[in-house]
Amino acid sequence: MRVERINDLPEASKYEKRLVSEEITTDVLIVGGGPAGMASAEVLCNTDLNVVLVDDQIRLGGQLIKQTHIFFGSKELFAGRRGFEIAEEYSSKLSKCSNMRIISGATVVGVFKEGVLAVSDEAKYLIRPKYVVIATGAYENHLVFENNDLPGVMGAGGAQTLMNVWGVKPGNEVLVVGSGNVGLIISYQLLQAGAEVKAVVEALPRIGGWFVHAAKIRRYGVPILTSHTILGVNGTRRVEEAVIARVDENWNVVGGTERSVKVDTVLLAVGLTPNTELVRQFGAATRYIPDLGGLVPLKTPYMETSVENVFVAGDLAAIEEATTAFIEGWIAGYSILIKARGEREEYLTKRENLLRMLYEYRSAPVSEKIRRSWQLSLLPCGGVNA
Amino acid sequence: MVDLDTLARMGYVPSEERLRRGPVAIYECVEEIPCNVCVFSCPFNAVTKNKITDLPKIDFSKCTGCGVCVGRCPGLAIFVVDVSREGDVGYVTLPHELLPAPSKGSEVLLLDREGREVGRGTVTKVYRDKITRSWVVTLSVPKDLVMVVRAIRVIK
Repeated sequence: MRVERINDLPEASKYEKRLVSEEITTDVLIVGGGPAGMASAEVLCNTDLNVVLVDDQIRLGGQLIKQTHIFFGSKELFAGRRGFEIAEEYSSKLSKCSNMRIISGATVVGVFKEGVLAVSDEAKYLIRPKYVVIATGAYENHLVFENNDLPGVMGAGGAQTLMNVWGVKPGNEVLVVGSGNVGLIISYQLLQAGAEVKAVVEALPRIGGWFVHAAKIRRYGVPILTSHTILGVNGTRRVEEAVIARVDENWNVVGGTERSVKVDTVLLAVGLTPNTELVRQFGAATRYIPDLGGLVPLKTPYMETSVENVFVAGDLAAIEEATTAFIEGWIAGYSILIKARGEREEYLTKRENLLRMLYEYRSAPVSEKIRRSWQLSLLPCGGVNA
Repeated sequence: MVDLDTLARMGYVPSEERLRRGPVAIYECVEEIPCNVCVFSCPFNAVTKNKITDLPKIDFSKCTGCGVCVGRCPGLAIFVVDVSREGDVGYVTLPHELLPAPSKGSEVLLLDREGREVGRGTVTKVYRDKITRSWVVTLSVPKDLVMVVRAIRVIK
């Protein structure tokens, strides 16, 4: 067997080509129908550019469809409304765009010389776009501990889908690992679903998420145990108990502090990793930036990667939240309009305003990590054309 | 969790004189987060922010204690207290998003910021915010608990 690096996109095999049921030539391909992808689609809606939006879920909205809490932010950015309502509104709005084709339930599996391959249960599409927005989001991190493969251990986001999309309560007595906003919010939603949250454990000496989210669960008596970690879970067929312990400032377990908590479910809310597989297949340059979530694509301030006409937006570019994902998606959309239709004053102004809005959002102390490291993810001035 | 001294330092506790005059909003928004729902929700322009990431600034002379912001705040961090009436009874208005639904006239368990039961109160008013659909519940509570009670448990 010979393994060698290919310097260009690979050619699709005969096998892959034979199975293609439809070939689509389009101006714009958007991969991912979460906040970032939907925002790009909104900008391009009813323009003279053809748009194909591919999403792997049956309902558009990405993480929004399970967000039952009220949005923070400003009025023009949906504040005061609940995430799933925003998803419904966008889904209906985009379905009315005359220049848009939405392919739901299809996964983009690869990029070839011949085009981008998307696969659903019914069909295989070979899509040839001029411009691409990759908005593939992020996936949940797992955690290593004893018996972490027992049924009952799952990602907090997965539990949120079960509960808020499908109406299935993931468990009755729950331990949540991680006190970032995801851990705090899922704890509150578990209370709303009628589950008991035994505790939230956090290895750091302080709560990771926002004060208001912590206060919401504290006032129903949920303990948030800082400087605590999970050592393992036990059970015969599923989780029956979790063992937690105190950790010192060097993350070492403090002997003698181990204790058992009777739970049937352990939810992991220990961070997200940008889903960069596709953007890397396109050949985009990446960099490992821990503050942004790990390996992230480099891009211009206008969200174009090192590969010309390939854009990114949302959690894939840096782990943040839905509001900034929307703004980045809009920026990517305007960038495409500007490239395709010339530097019209209207587009340029709108894009600059969005950049300012993004800057303002990130000026909060809670966005310190993003602010500190965003520059590291930027391509040299002028970007791909420099 | 936050204590009264911290709230006072941040300008979130009205004067005794203002408290005696009638219901007033108590903001427990102590961290600079990018949000201004309260600013655009207030019908009396009593809440302002220069930047979206600033802490809200409440003008207690304009605040009527109407409670519109209570059902809108994404952080569920706004309450209305009323100690203006004679006697030992005070009123707290708070957001509520848990089943079972609270109903007017029913007795509920009163919880403090750490979830400890601190007594019992009666629901004197309840409605659902027309945008968020959250319940906004007003309770009669012992007067000395108006700055203590921050959640309820509905007795099934």
